[in-house]
Amino acid sequence: MRESFPPETDRWSALAPALVRYSQKGMATEENKNAASANGSQPVSQQGFVYLPLIVGWLVPGGGHFLLRKWGRGALLAASILTMFGLGIAMQGKVYAGGHEFLDILGLAGDLGNGLLYFVSRIAGWGADQAMVTTADYGTRFIVVAGLLNVIAAVDAHNLRTGRKS
Amino acid sequence: MIFRPTHFAAVLLFALCASIVFGITQRETPRRMVRYGIYCFVLFVASVIALSWIMYLIAR
Repeated sequence: MRESFPPETDRWSALAPALVRYSQKGMATEENKNAASANGSQPVSQQGFVYLPLIVGWLVPGGGHFLLRKWGRGALLAASILTMFGLGIAMQGKVYAGGHEFLDILGLAGDLGNGLLYFVSRIAGWGADQAMVTTADYGTRFIVVAGLLNVIAAVDAHNLRTGRKS
Repeated sequence: MIFRPTHFAAVLLFALCASIVFGITQRETPRRMVRYGIYCFVLFVASVIALSWIMYLIAR
């Protein structure tokens, strides 16, 4: 004689009553939303301009995190990026202003990641036009990498804002 | 005044700043951030030392 099983939903309830069912099927259904809430995760507010932390984070190192009241993380990010940029300038690193060569364009893209710092340094005439000594070459890399790290930090702030990261 | 660090001092400063940013942005909890930051720092410095030795041996 064939054993009869209860319907699938009842069987799951009997085996794992505490299990919160969350499926990818119909992700935005009311059941899934309730399951996510019951699991302890708060629904993230999507109101307002979600790209604001990304833009502020790009313009001011750590600014995106400050905007989201992540004071500690923002302070550490700002300190790291500003230190790196400052060391690059102190080493007389080159601040890219453009160019026709591919590597110069890549350097400019990296420098632009520093946001307002880049424009301030261009206006103030910080850094060197050409890397003349070995430490200036290190400084050029420091400035470029500070810009790239700032982009990573800004994207992290955006992920925090959208709830992709907690 | 120009700041002129040695090559190794520059590596340490670079690794420190980059590791802090990597730790904060790539992990979620503070404990895991610290661990990942230290991991990145050690990896940066260790790989520089290893590559330096390799280049030294090749150049000999």
